[in-house]
Amino acid sequence: MSDHVILPEGSLEKQTTTLNLGPTHPATHGVFQNIIELDGERIVGATQTVGYIHRAFEKIAEHRPLYQITPLTDRMNYCSSPINNMGWHITCERLLGVKTPKRVDYLRIIIMELARISDHLICNSIVGVDSGAYTGFLYVMQYRELIYEIYEEICGSRLTTNIGRIGGFERNFTNTAFEKLEKFIKEWPIVLAEFDNLFMRNRIFMERTIGVGPISAERALNYGFTGPNLRAAGVDYDVRVHTPYSSYEDFDFTIPVGSTGDCYDRFLVRDQEMWQSLHLIKEAYKKVQEFKGEEAEVFHADVPDYYLPDKKDVYTKMEALIYHFKIVMGEIDIPAGEIYSPVEGANGELGFYLISDGGRAPYRLHFRRPCFIYYQAYSELTKGGMLSDAIITMSSLNLIAGELDA
Amino acid sequence: MALSNELIRQKLIDKFGEELTNWEEPYGMLTFSATKDLNLKVLQFLYDDKELQFRFLTDLCAIHFPERKGEELAVVYHLHNLVDNIRIRFKVYTDINTPDVFSATALYAAANWMERETFDFYGVNFIGHPNLKRILNIDEMEYFPMRKEFPLEDQTRKDKDDEMFGRS
Repeated sequence: MSDHVILPEGSLEKQTTTLNLGPTHPATHGVFQNIIELDGERIVGATQTVGYIHRAFEKIAEHRPLYQITPLTDRMNYCSSPINNMGWHITCERLLGVKTPKRVDYLRIIIMELARISDHLICNSIVGVDSGAYTGFLYVMQYRELIYEIYEEICGSRLTTNIGRIGGFERNFTNTAFEKLEKFIKEWPIVLAEFDNLFMRNRIFMERTIGVGPISAERALNYGFTGPNLRAAGVDYDVRVHTPYSSYEDFDFTIPVGSTGDCYDRFLVRDQEMWQSLHLIKEAYKKVQEFKGEEAEVFHADVPDYYLPDKKDVYTKMEALIYHFKIVMGEIDIPAGEIYSPVEGANGELGFYLISDGGRAPYRLHFRRPCFIYYQAYSELTKGGMLSDAIITMSSLNLIAGELDA
Repeated sequence: MALSNELIRQKLIDKFGEELTNWEEPYGMLTFSATKDLNLKVLQFLYDDKELQFRFLTDLCAIHFPERKGEELAVVYHLHNLVDNIRIRFKVYTDINTPDVFSATALYAAANWMERETFDFYGVNFIGHPNLKRILNIDEMEYFPMRKEFPLEDQTRKDKDDEMFGRS
């Protein structure tokens, strides 16, 4: 035992300083609070407070039919809402036993990988901002815009997309959508390569991130890490490979892994995942183009009980109008069942645990939000580091307040 | 030998016998339940056993069944064996008046906040949890809002002055 003297609260010689970071600090990139205990500039402890934007999605979902839950999922990880939407639709399809056509699966992969790119892009460029490099962030934002334009062309909205339907998409992709996609495929790699040049071997950036906020593979697993943060620690767990959905098994792609689990590795893993996503988009687009004749027009499965009828028919045909009403108002009961269905969200394993008792709304719906689970390691990650490291660690974990609080 | 649902079930029955009940496989996921004082023993066995190796806690949440007298609350664990890539679901039921369940925090660091969330919304009292307080709701809250006796607000209610929110 050392002869450490515990000084009374408030005394001038008190060894540590308490710093209140958040809930609305510009460096937190979201609404959550960190009470950091500092010894000089070194962190001795951090206490997180979350829940500032808790909106009771799980409670609301117990009162809503399936389609009215999709917009709730948008608002979890709003940097990549299409993945959430499709994860939810895939959960419903698994519960209902719907088999989607291959073309739908490939179109979904295109959209989900675009969402992954836009999410990783934000995260990586924000790590840059927090280490003092604003340029990368401003430069790549215009290419996120291209992704949002593709969403817009398909579903009409940009951030909270509410994209897709149970069984497929609301309408077929237009030629404009494919043109925009081709433009993105052509221009994006050049920009990403430049972005890599800016950061990857940048001495200042490396000094700021290497060895900062590291975690071992064992601890990361124990903390329930998933996604890029787990892979940065060296575990090659990816839901797309382990529990394939939406025909990911048809594609050949690499799962990048790091070794130290520090901020630099997290940056590199996300960066390489963007390249892999681009590769997946190209492959999926190639496969989509191979469909000929009638097959090339397929954009949804045949599920009349859950797939909304064509808007044109709703306005002109009685039967379509009735079906539209029944589906939207939840007049069709969901079959009873219990299912856990995960997808690889941009932050990790996004799981939907759905229990239906055969009523119009789920009996219980639990969202496994990757952010919420790995944020609890923050105290352990930052302990012993400098205050400025804590900021970078936070942004490199890619904490999204919406997902944290649900 | 690759792990299969039958094998896991056999190993668990060999170890715990009749204590484990409600064997099901909804959508291919092996599901079973145990009495609540056994939860840690089962989790520990699943974690330690050389073949089972369920070392990843995917998810932990609760469900409220008001009509099941004596076992109103269910705590659900989703576990994942990452080596053989197989998932299982494990439930323990508890009485709502004495909702005491042993905490899994010693085994899985991930359980910490998930148990706090479960406590916050369902009032499950995790014994042995290092810091069991509310996490998403305000600290002053006096009830457990995800329990089924709390309905959402009636959309047609008239007794509230909602002029400012467009619902007059």
